Amino acid sequence: MSELIEIERLTKRFGGFTAVDDISFTVARGEVLGFLGPNGAGKSTTMRMLAGFMPPSSGTARICGADIVDQPVAAKRHLGFLPEGAPTYPEMTVTGFLEFAGRIRGFAGSALDDRVAHAMLLTQLEGVRLQPIETLSKGFKRRVGLAQALLHDPPVLVLDEPTDGLDPNQKHEVRELIRRMAPEKAIVISTHILEEVGAVCTRAIIIARGRVVVDAPPAVLEEEGSTLDDVFRRLTLSEAATVTEDAS
Amino acid sequence: MAPALIVARRELAGYFATPVAYVFIVIFLVLAGALTFTLGNFFERGQADLQPFFAFVPWLFLFLVPALTMRLWAEERRLGTIELLLTLPLPQWQAVLGKFLAAWAFCAIALLLTFPLVVTVNLLGQPDNGVILSGYLGCLLVAGAYLAVGAAVSAMTKNQVIAFVLAVALCFVFGAAGSPVVTEFLSTRLPVLADIARGISVAERFGGFTRGLVAARDLVFFASFIGFFLFLNAVVLDHRKAD
Ligand SMILES: Nc1ncnc2c1ncn2[C@@H]1O[C@H](COP(=O)(O)OP(=O)(O)O)[C@@H](O)[C@H]1O
Ligand SMILES: [Mg+2]
Repeated sequence: MSELIEIERLTKRFGGFTAVDDISFTVARGEVLGFLGPNGAGKSTTMRMLAGFMPPSSGTARICGADIVDQPVAAKRHLGFLPEGAPTYPEMTVTGFLEFAGRIRGFAGSALDDRVAHAMLLTQLEGVRLQPIETLSKGFKRRVGLAQALLHDPPVLVLDEPTDGLDPNQKHEVRELIRRMAPEKAIVISTHILEEVGAVCTRAIIIARGRVVVDAPPAVLEEEGSTLDDVFRRLTLSEAATVTEDAS
Repeated sequence: MAPALIVARRELAGYFATPVAYVFIVIFLVLAGALTFTLGNFFERGQADLQPFFAFVPWLFLFLVPALTMRLWAEERRLGTIELLLTLPLPQWQAVLGKFLAAWAFCAIALLLTFPLVVTVNLLGQPDNGVILSGYLGCLLVAGAYLAVGAAVSAMTKNQVIAFVLAVALCFVFGAAGSPVVTEFLSTRLPVLADIARGISVAERFGGFTRGLVAARDLVFFASFIGFFLFLNAVVLDHRKAD
């Protein structure tokens, strides 16, 4: 089975408002999917459903074959998730926080220590291992969130804006990390930074107002318009334009 | 280790990482001591027992427990860590149970720190330590009941002030339901309701424990009471977690 993520007609409504509208796609091992869209397009909502935080209004998804609605705990075991903004418990130390996540994931003793040490190595956190997270800079906090997502070496990674708020060097490091892990995993990263897509993604999906408007490799997108930037603006704005026409 | 215990351990450490825990414990100890020795006439009564103390503890919990629970889920929402916690591979009820257990253990610690009272009565006279022990057990169960109510309320609203006021009000209802004022008022008008009021009254059940009676049906009452509100907590959380 190479399709590690299968999303099937996933829909989320908040009252009368449809935030995610009938989205379907699959992601195979080795793929890095860039999930693009303007703010409010429904990227985070899609990822939250995928991670089992929000139940879908209709449709479903499977992670490594485990249904997110029927087998939520099994699905979560295969998944590493970085929520938007990389939330962490501020009073905990980096090690304490990672050990907590590791224990919940069933590690104990020396296996736990090894996991935590390895995750800190990958995200270059050793220097701050005993520091309370609240005393860290934004870039370090982001890496703590990332380390938590990588801890159990999951086959599927869902990262909501992993490089948001990082300086150029840190962005580079995170992208390198993603590139290194890419061959054995299915990775979805959401972003509104378009250069990122060219840098790490093997495929891009652009969503606007909860719908998929494009699904193609970044190279193909660039040929279509002059730059990725133009394509993005054209697709997401034209979508908005049709809507205002409908409304009038 | 069960996921609930891992969550509880993290939570409990979190309490002591902030001044909230110490403020709570100091206020609890000062008030419990002051009320027992002044209003409770601890010495003047001339009896070697902790009845005055046990009379005040539920009233202290009425305000202190909601202060503890109002931030239980609100804080997770504010920090966004709720998204992290509930996407880790643990059943949601284990997260609910873990947070409850941590708060309960915290109340147990606060109660344990009142041990000088026990030492004092034992130095001054020959109290029935069995009664004292069952009184403490009753206090712990009242704390658990109020915690379960407060936790469920905190899952309903992000606003900590509303969570506090609502939890105090609800705990008051369950605390006061069996008091003579309420039951006498009800029994003249609606006798059925008076029985129900006595049936759901936390205070009524607590009374037995302070007299040294540990009855199975009272234990079952507290277990079902706590279980019900934890269940409610899980259900509400499931619907409101993303708000
Ligand atoms: N819990 C919620 N309740 C109501 N509306 C929501 C909720 N979460 C997200 N939305 C709305 O859904 C839309 C998509 O949000 P989101 O998925 O966060 O977008 P993105 O991550 O692409 O910026 C937005 O209009 C947002 O206001
Ligand atoms: Mg978002």
